[in-house]
Amino acid sequence: MAKVFIYPINSLILADLVERFGHKPLTMMNQIREKVTSLSLDSPPLNITPEDPKLGLKYAAIEVPAGVRGRMALIGPLIEQTEAAIIVENPPTDFGCVGCNRTNELTKYLVRSKGVPVLEVEYPKSDDEARDFVNKIVAFLESLPKEKPEEDEKAKETESADKEDKE
Amino acid sequence: MSTEESALVKIALVSCGSEYAGVQPEFEEAAAKVNAKFIFPEIDVASIDTIGRDFGLEVASGDLRLMMARAKAVVEGIANADGVFITTCFRCAEGAIVRNEVRRYIHEHSKIPVISYSFTESTSAGTLLTRLEALTTIVRRRHLLTREVQTGLTAGIDSGSTTTKAVVMRDNKIIGKGWVPTTKVLESAEEAYSIALKEAGVSREEVQALGTTGYGRFLIGAHFKAQLIQEEITVNSKGAVYLADKQKGNATVIDIGGMDNKAISVQDGIPGMFTMGGICAGASGRFFEMISKRLGVDITELGALAVKGMHEHVSMNSYCIVFGTQSLVNSLARGATPEDVAAAACYSVVEQIYEQQLQEVDVKEPLILVGGSSLIAGVPKALGELLKIDVLVPENSHLIGAVGAALLASGFVEE
Repeated sequence: MAKVFIYPINSLILADLVERFGHKPLTMMNQIREKVTSLSLDSPPLNITPEDPKLGLKYAAIEVPAGVRGRMALIGPLIEQTEAAIIVENPPTDFGCVGCNRTNELTKYLVRSKGVPVLEVEYPKSDDEARDFVNKIVAFLESLPKEKPEEDEKAKETESADKEDKE
Repeated sequence: MSTEESALVKIALVSCGSEYAGVQPEFEEAAAKVNAKFIFPEIDVASIDTIGRDFGLEVASGDLRLMMARAKAVVEGIANADGVFITTCFRCAEGAIVRNEVRRYIHEHSKIPVISYSFTESTSAGTLLTRLEALTTIVRRRHLLTREVQTGLTAGIDSGSTTTKAVVMRDNKIIGKGWVPTTKVLESAEEAYSIALKEAGVSREEVQALGTTGYGRFLIGAHFKAQLIQEEITVNSKGAVYLADKQKGNATVIDIGGMDNKAISVQDGIPGMFTMGGICAGASGRFFEMISKRLGVDITELGALAVKGMHEHVSMNSYCIVFGTQSLVNSLARGATPEDVAAAACYSVVEQIYEQQLQEVDVKEPLILVGGSSLIAGVPKALGELLKIDVLVPENSHLIGAVGAALLASGFVEE
């Protein structure tokens, strides 16, 4: 199971595809869910506090607009966990709202420079392109390790411990 | 306060995502203080993909396209809004372009008052308060702002950051004036008001209605039991067109105060678009005070000095109050004349207003310059040179707030 960063960062279709092939999508929805349901904060609709743009300083310098840094406070931690990424270029809004372009540029740059496997595809314009689009994403997801090496070891350890118990 | 005056004002928030910058609680706090509420105009999500072509401005950011779609929803009446607050991040070039065009679009296609602001993560409710107060005043007091003639015996007090001004007016004429430096807000207001009353030859009891404005408006308004307590954007706009006798049609008001500047686009005496400076002291009365002190002249002599000088003779790298002053001091050390330095100081002030404020306001003639700094003759001269238009400085231009307050307060005499 790999943690897969998706772009657009809130695309439900991409998130669903990643999940179907046994991986964990890294999406904005979970980050926002945490923000809107956190107790003791009351700044609707998003509960972003003045502290968040400061957290975003880790990813974007002080001269970068405040809204970019606030967004990076949510997206940056996801990029840190990223083990693979799918970037869809030129998507329409209903494929995943495309947000602040300054943040998008920085996000894509940080993901690309992380050195993890990245699949970059153009949003399809025809049925043939759509089939090709899905096939490419599926092939990419299938190429990713299903389990992490440490997870394999843990699984083996549990297996042998089970065996010992049985014996 | 009438029902209309106390009604909740619905302000459409047209932004590219101020929610992500941590400033939303400050926006909400400022709105709550003026009994207003932000609403988010609803749009069809598919319209975000086509709004660039519809609007004529194709930008890369989806959130900026969302902002344009929301502006369209306001204009088309899909969102039921009394006013619009347009805001994007400070330092975002694409945001600045869209902010400007969206404001122009709403202004041209509706009668809804608009303000715009570029926020940073440290934007506070206090910074926004005067702006939102002006926006809600335009909504609630449109009938009062259409007042063109002062009636009865009324007074106005403008408690500014540097000076406190008071006027007493009777039957559309100023009959008493008071002007003192602001030290303690209440005491200065008492002093200025007493001087104005004495000159007018009337007692406090005779005054039928009193209006207050300026930084200290709430404090002095409560102290004097004023009928009208109103922010300086609407009051000064009204005062400016009244004193300049330009109450009908378009006008642009530039008010250079002690602490901040305002550039206001006015239509029939009612403010439309406006911007307020104030983060930097380099374009305000404070800067002139420092320069006068350095040149060893009284501030009242600075203007005459500036008119004789040539700003081109002095190299100024910045209009910041620190670095700008440094440039002027260096120029003096290299042998520049005090006249040239005074002229350069005036030019740098209007240059900053031009670069930081007038870019966001439709400048339409007549251009009325008011506020204490308008009395420094070099300032209207430099502004006229920079904008290539005639600058109108009405008589008593420094009393603008007090006159506007006395004029608007007369609305309460009849009520």
